[in-house]
Amino acid sequence: MGFERQADYGTPEVRSDAQVTLTVDGRAVTVPTGTTVMRAAALAGGAIPKLCATDSLEQFGSCRMCLVEVEGVRGTPASCTTPAAEGMVVRTQTPQLAKLRRGVMELYISDHPLDCLTCSANGDCELQDTAAQVGLRDVRYGYAGDNHLGLPSDASNPYFDFDPSKCIVCSRCVRACEEVQGTFALTIDGRGFASKVSAGQADDNFLGSECVSCGACVQACPTATLQEKAVKEIGLPERAVVTTCAYCGVGCTFRAEMRGEQLVRMVPWKDGKANHGHSCVKGRFAWGYAHHQDRITVPMIRERIDEPWREVSWDEALAFAAGRLTRIKAQYGARALGGITSSRCTNEETFLVQKLVRAGFGTNNVDTCARVCHSPTGYGLKTTFGTSAGTQDFDSVTEADVILVIGANPTDAHPVFASQMKRRLRSGAKLIVIDPRRIDLVRMPHVEAEYHLALQPGTNVAVLTAMAHVVVTEGLADETFVRERCDWDEYQDWARFVAEPRHSPETLEAVTRVPAAELRAAARLYAKGGNAAIYYGLGVTEHSQGSSTVMAIANLAMATGNVGRRGVGVNPLRGQNNVQGACDMGSFPHELSGYRHISDTATRTLFEQDWGVALDPEPGLRIPNMLDAAIDGSFRAIYIQGEDILQSDPNTHHVAAGLAAMDCVIVHDLFLNETANYAHVFLPGSTFLEKNGTFTNAERRIQLVRKVMEPANGMEDWEVTQALANAMGLGWSYSHPSEIMDEIARLTPSFAGVSHGRLEAKGSLQWPVNDRNPNGSPIMHVDGFVRGKGKFVITDYVPTDEKTGPRFPLLLTTGRILSQYNVGAQTRRTANIVWHDEDVLEMHPADAENRGLHTGDWVRLASRTGETTLRALVTDRVAPGVVYTTFHHPMTQANVVTTEFSDWATNCPEYKVTAVQISHSNGPSDWQEEYSEMTAKARRIAVAEAT
Amino acid sequence: MMDRRQLVHMINQIARNFEHAGDPAQATFSHLREFWDPRMIASLLAADDPDLGPIAKAAVNKLREFEGS
Repeated sequence: MGFERQADYGTPEVRSDAQVTLTVDGRAVTVPTGTTVMRAAALAGGAIPKLCATDSLEQFGSCRMCLVEVEGVRGTPASCTTPAAEGMVVRTQTPQLAKLRRGVMELYISDHPLDCLTCSANGDCELQDTAAQVGLRDVRYGYAGDNHLGLPSDASNPYFDFDPSKCIVCSRCVRACEEVQGTFALTIDGRGFASKVSAGQADDNFLGSECVSCGACVQACPTATLQEKAVKEIGLPERAVVTTCAYCGVGCTFRAEMRGEQLVRMVPWKDGKANHGHSCVKGRFAWGYAHHQDRITVPMIRERIDEPWREVSWDEALAFAAGRLTRIKAQYGARALGGITSSRCTNEETFLVQKLVRAGFGTNNVDTCARVCHSPTGYGLKTTFGTSAGTQDFDSVTEADVILVIGANPTDAHPVFASQMKRRLRSGAKLIVIDPRRIDLVRMPHVEAEYHLALQPGTNVAVLTAMAHVVVTEGLADETFVRERCDWDEYQDWARFVAEPRHSPETLEAVTRVPAAELRAAARLYAKGGNAAIYYGLGVTEHSQGSSTVMAIANLAMATGNVGRRGVGVNPLRGQNNVQGACDMGSFPHELSGYRHISDTATRTLFEQDWGVALDPEPGLRIPNMLDAAIDGSFRAIYIQGEDILQSDPNTHHVAAGLAAMDCVIVHDLFLNETANYAHVFLPGSTFLEKNGTFTNAERRIQLVRKVMEPANGMEDWEVTQALANAMGLGWSYSHPSEIMDEIARLTPSFAGVSHGRLEAKGSLQWPVNDRNPNGSPIMHVDGFVRGKGKFVITDYVPTDEKTGPRFPLLLTTGRILSQYNVGAQTRRTANIVWHDEDVLEMHPADAENRGLHTGDWVRLASRTGETTLRALVTDRVAPGVVYTTFHHPMTQANVVTTEFSDWATNCPEYKVTAVQISHSNGPSDWQEEYSEMTAKARRIAVAEAT
Repeated sequence: MMDRRQLVHMINQIARNFEHAGDPAQATFSHLREFWDPRMIASLLAADDPDLGPIAKAAVNKLREFEGS
């Protein structure tokens, strides 16, 4: 693709079954009723001058550039606010219009710096283009009058500058912040000539304001007033490639805008089905890690982990790795080997890693990071509905009347979808939040939850059972739906169970700490408030009853008939960019791609015939089991692609012991991550900018990832895995990821109709894509559940074994923050660090006062498992008795304190409930200092030392 | 040998969550067959454990029968 601006039709698309036909400059055009004249003209191929209008924002009608003449209508109406009508005759270019537009443009330019030749937006400036379009030749007023040219720039934001001297006060930035992002950080301060864009109060700059740096204002700005620093430094892009973001599970698509081999900026793609042209601070700006100095691009090996690394050729590294794997297999058997696939890598790469483990290593010891996040989703939704995935597309939320958010914090973890959700809430949908913490959604500008059920951590099942009790005992169930779509006998068993008095909100209040009246009201709203949709995250899954909670959610949705159409459903908000895809691709030890069990002979035979090798019919080890088996001595080698289990998995000491016990740890990553401290082989990885393939987002949407630059390490990740396979003698010969996708489609019924060619043509496809659904499936279970009848499962509340007591009286729960991502390996290596440079511990003022602690104090966070030290933040966002932190920084290592308790069905760790004590500390703990020293030693590189 | 204490905790936890299944012991047995690696099952079967709950114990007996068949 060369460089072309994204098309802008001036005002948003209107959806209507009715249409009108009008004539614009002699050309007939038919548009949906409600479409503006401006958009109709653009669709007819014309271009009406405009400044305050852009099609991502509602029409505003302030700049007076888009005036038109309409036959039979007096005056010159603004085309952006005039709806097209049947038979309307519009003229956009007349001498009178030209005069009017030039007059307006003269006023704009009289207060604009005439520095086009040195301006960073020269050639990409709508003001410049519009001045040319209206034929501006001079400015009769001169430039000496009162003006804004001396206003100082605001360079406080690390990614973009605000130069008010170039501002034409079109309000596009303010409206973008409101309408697109929903943050309301910007405003127009002052009146008349004194009007100016302001980030919050008069003394605020962008960095100190409520701005979340999503970039919507920068994208909306028609001048260089809000401009990416990178454009100023590098220059305007000259080509663009559409690709998919590698951060969260929303799966935003971006135009990677390039100048030569250099990435200038990532601009959200307006045609992206998941993001519709919006972005967040991570996807939009935080890609600098791709060329960070810490990036390792040369393979390295070492005999023992106490030795420095030795840089070697690819051949030597691969031969070393293959030799160790082969020797261990010969000595201890295939089941002593295993691998971990990455939710950050592509479907094709993930598929190859599991194929290498199953077909090459000869074992099913393969797992993925979904083990520690959404594995209960897979179990719970497969059991109840028949499919291990969410039921809706993101756009479905626009038809929801009630939105129930449980155990998720979308504004931080899935910000682009959160913006869409907030838009729906601003237009009238009701919100229920179930979360121990007062997340932003509970109350923010123009959004306020009807109910915030601030439950005690670990009591999700009790709360959902109490809600079900209300639904059943108050006659709120949709029995027609249940009789038609679900197993009626199982429903009756379930209904009897939840109707027992011990499950009433009043009885369970003692456990959940949720006031019964509020819970009853929330349940009634969910059941009878219209289309009700549930969105959930890791606050549901990362519990000892994570799978039960997912099934309790499914029960509630089925009982109220909220499945199988738009506006409803059960929606897991997936954490990482391709966690859905990694699960789809057969990354779990018990199942092949498409969620088919390894013991199923017909499925296994299909793979055996295609791969030409016999497969082990028994399930393999999960990640925590691998670590246990390593300590036991029966698991001795692991290949880890794009995953940092030492930082992300629970009980860091145990993970370290497991890794240290292995004879061969192969880390395939961008950086020497924490896990690499225990590695013998380091295979450098490639970023999402350097590879081809596909990601699958949280709505099952498969989207292309396109290479925009050559891999700094010399190979895409699928090529590295193939090279390792071939070093073990497997003889693979893929020449492009499209060939791997063809193999996936051949072997996976839900991907049968997927190919890179079809994805190029369609933009994206939502699985299942098969003969029955050749163009994919935005909504699941429309005519019936995939499993046949929907299954109600009794989910009895079982308290966690992790108990508070005198030694550990508080409950720790963990989570994420907007600017950082997962273990922070990427975002810590970007300017996002200005917003969050350390993990802090949130604690309630009462708990802080009891301990004499204040915001900023160093505190010791101790559990039965371990202890660490971090700074305190005293806040009432958390309830008394509950503390909260993030796990983005390795020197905090929040997982030193988390336990090995896990979900009963999937072993997903119970990150959300750890009994802890907080006390004063003088600074980093002994462990932190020892770890820091160990890390420095483990990262020594011999070649670097010699030079 | 895998850590038996850990395995016993896991199976008791599974059994507790299947308490309301039609046949809790069968459900627990099936779950282990579906999700547990053979060495974990072998470690579990290596000796009787007094800490096994009644459902877990019945499931272990089913596993013994299955492995022996």
